[in-house]
Amino acid sequence: MELNQTTIHELQEKIRTGETTSVEIVQAVFNRIDAVEGVVHAYIALMRDSALEEAKRADLNIREGKIRALTGIPVALKDIFCTRGFRTTCGSRILYNYVPPYDATVVEKLRESGAVFVGKTNMDEFAMGSSTETSFFGITRNPWDLERIPGGSSGGSAAAVAADECIASLGSDTGGSIRQPAALCGVVGMKPTYGRVSRFGLIAFASSLDQIGPFTRDVEDCAIMMNVIAGYDPKESTSVPIEVPDYREYLSRGIEGWTVGIPKEYFIEGIDPEVLTAVQNTIKVIEESGGRCIEISLPHTEYCLAVYYIVAPAEASSNLARYDGVKYGFRSGAGNVQDLLTMYKKTRSESFGAEVKRRIMLGTYVLSSGYYDAYYKKASKVRALIKRDFDEAFKLCDVIVTPASPTPAFKIGEKTDDPLQMYLSDIFTISANLAGIPGISVPCGFTRSGLPLGVQFLSGPFEEGKLIQIAAAYEKNAKIERRRPNL
Amino acid sequence: MEYETVIGLEVHAQLLTQSKVFCGCSTKFGAAPNSNTCPICLGMPGVLPVLNKKVVEYAMKMGLATHCRINRGCSFARKNYFYPDLPKGYQISQYADPLAEHGYVEIDINGGKKTIGITRIHMEEDAGKLLHDEHNSYVDLNRTGVPLIEIVSEPDIRGAEEAAAYLKGLHEILVYLEICDGNMEEGSFRCDANVSIRPKGDKGFGTRTELKNMNSFRNVQRALEYEIKRQQYILEGGGEVLQETRLWDDGQGVTHSMRGKEDAHDYRYFPDPDLVPVVISDDWIEEVRKGFPELPMEKRERFIRDYQIPAYDAGVLTSSRALADYYEEVARLSGKPKIAGNWVMGDVLKLLNEEKRDVKTCSILPASLAEMIRLIEAGTISGKMAKEVIEEMYRTGKPPKAIIEEKGMVQITDEGELTEIITRVIEANPTQAAQYREGKEKVFGFFVGQVMKATQGKANPRLINDLLKRRLSE
Repeated sequence: MELNQTTIHELQEKIRTGETTSVEIVQAVFNRIDAVEGVVHAYIALMRDSALEEAKRADLNIREGKIRALTGIPVALKDIFCTRGFRTTCGSRILYNYVPPYDATVVEKLRESGAVFVGKTNMDEFAMGSSTETSFFGITRNPWDLERIPGGSSGGSAAAVAADECIASLGSDTGGSIRQPAALCGVVGMKPTYGRVSRFGLIAFASSLDQIGPFTRDVEDCAIMMNVIAGYDPKESTSVPIEVPDYREYLSRGIEGWTVGIPKEYFIEGIDPEVLTAVQNTIKVIEESGGRCIEISLPHTEYCLAVYYIVAPAEASSNLARYDGVKYGFRSGAGNVQDLLTMYKKTRSESFGAEVKRRIMLGTYVLSSGYYDAYYKKASKVRALIKRDFDEAFKLCDVIVTPASPTPAFKIGEKTDDPLQMYLSDIFTISANLAGIPGISVPCGFTRSGLPLGVQFLSGPFEEGKLIQIAAAYEKNAKIERRRPNL
Repeated sequence: MEYETVIGLEVHAQLLTQSKVFCGCSTKFGAAPNSNTCPICLGMPGVLPVLNKKVVEYAMKMGLATHCRINRGCSFARKNYFYPDLPKGYQISQYADPLAEHGYVEIDINGGKKTIGITRIHMEEDAGKLLHDEHNSYVDLNRTGVPLIEIVSEPDIRGAEEAAAYLKGLHEILVYLEICDGNMEEGSFRCDANVSIRPKGDKGFGTRTELKNMNSFRNVQRALEYEIKRQQYILEGGGEVLQETRLWDDGQGVTHSMRGKEDAHDYRYFPDPDLVPVVISDDWIEEVRKGFPELPMEKRERFIRDYQIPAYDAGVLTSSRALADYYEEVARLSGKPKIAGNWVMGDVLKLLNEEKRDVKTCSILPASLAEMIRLIEAGTISGKMAKEVIEEMYRTGKPPKAIIEEKGMVQITDEGELTEIITRVIEANPTQAAQYREGKEKVFGFFVGQVMKATQGKANPRLINDLLKRRLSE
């Protein structure tokens, strides 16, 4: 197996024993990038020079015995995380030249843990989309089938791991943007509890829903990444000051005696039959692993999508107001516009894509006076009911299992003209963001045509350990064939 | 027709915290443009606000001082609008759940007291400012994120004079609490007014205009007086007052229309998802209350009661907390509160005003002034000598005894010594002595002057009188 195809924990072993070096790993990663990036386009920007520097420094540290959690491991960052001195675009024209003066907290944490940054991965513009087709910098292709999308909005981060263009990556998940592309690209993706990982330096889409999480090749790597990024951050008010356990300790615990809830509302018409079969197989494996599966109900599920498409655009319309051409980024007709309002209008018209504009308009509408009560306020109330559904459900079961995506990866362009169809891609993942609970998507097989599929586990708030526990048990017992995309 | 004025005021006060409300940047006024900024107050992509606890405590102080209810839970909202001095495209403010509500302040008006209701007090961040030259506009974001409280009054104010009294009252409280420096020129204390008029006796409200841009108490009063007259003129002419925002033009003494109702903003307020609600416990309120100073109104009443000084004196002496503290120290140490008041209001303030200095930097220590008062009482120096002593104290900061000694200013109270001098003066002026003895009493003053001159003003005037009378009638 090539170095760039290996997991973090396997590489750590090889590094420790001196079997390989960070420089070799990083070189293997960039060789792979040179070979496949032309067709996959997982990255917006590469950090080739600094990555090699960091790898050399990592090797020096390793020789001195200073090994930290990710020393020498090549990691990719969704281009939504601010990186000091390095262009951060959020997939948008309006930030095409933006260089942040500071690092996001997660970037700082990865840096401190010794990770080597490979580059900034492609994404739907401002994380709005389920296919990575709305990026100003072009689409990313699914490594398993280049005619298909990798999922979104963290499609670049998922594809980079799937195509062996990095070892692990970070994405952000506002309505499923980690779990859905993880499922469609055949990798592990986790969205932690809201408040578990600091959002400081994550360019905001919808502040009350956004959460940062890892893409990895297996569950153990997910635990390793979570150990690095989780924790309270005094720079973030909604981050929660509770202790972070060592997630690796959950890996081998098994799920003997657990109750696993299967929400009946999630097995609806419209699910791809192959997805359904894969999830049914998952349930079998769980039962064979000692878990007891029961049917549960999340009665407000049908409102999730509606609530999401009120709350998320509302917050987005406000969060994106700062992109006005005054201080940084793209400005239309620089210095040549008659008045301020024209400058604002032209700048925003010319630099935001259709999906972003659609959501800004939607959000502006639902917050405007006279409509606030009918839409935003009502949605906030229903959101509380959705959260309560989960509170009730977790009284009955340890974790919940659902499909991660209703379909395997769809064709590029297939849903771009039909936003509502596109929005349905996140139907199984959105509820976790609304409730603030954690979720993980784990590979659960392939379609007959060879597309990867994912299953989602959900748990109560701050119980990421439980998710790692069941995902690891499932991964071990399901023995899903380890395939690599044929690129 | 007789009209009645209805005014409601919105006062913005800048809180005297060292750092901004949502980041650690300095709030210092007058720094080079954009030097007091960081990614957070610049609203850079990805940044998040963290609330400064001091801001809540300061705001809470004002809430308590104005008898407001402090809400046990309050939250922040976003007020969305576009302007180049607003880096995030929204201002973090409070909307549905403000910190404090339902309070009041008492004002002195026409010799009586009146209560003005406070609707709410909420916390918010300031915006930046724009600087323009002939060709370009520049943005200075030093002020963005500077903590403000907005104090919204009930429409209880019935005229320009009341408005000014209310504003002075608020100003005094803020400065007393040491939570705002009250500097109107630097914008630390500013006010917008909602003004309408209605036929006297009506219960409903007339159409109101909003007045902005008034940066002194005098301006507020003038602007309101103008605006009230303008509205009366319109109504009396059968016209209609338009709901609009008007700017006060200080130079011309008029208000101008700034924007009409048709382009009124829809701020699309909603709860700020980046900030968690502020939970205020009873203990926290008690803690804030513990460090509470006596407020100006209470202090004034206590001065009148305890020191037996006139209301006017009490008003002057409590006009700032520092002055009141200074006065109290002098009153206590001298044991003569009324006399202490006279010296403080008279000579001390006169000397300070001449140099536009604050009592905090006064070189005359309260102990020195008290000692000087005791020396006068003891007859060691005369009141006239004291005037010279106090000036010297102000210049040098020396205690009065040292000055008196240096200048040899000790009052002559020795009868024998004074009798000798008087005898000499009478002998040297036989003509005047004769005139006095013939009944021309006016000449007596001449002798007093001569004796003073001979003693270089050191003689005790009472003693001079007694001895002179006795010697001249011999």
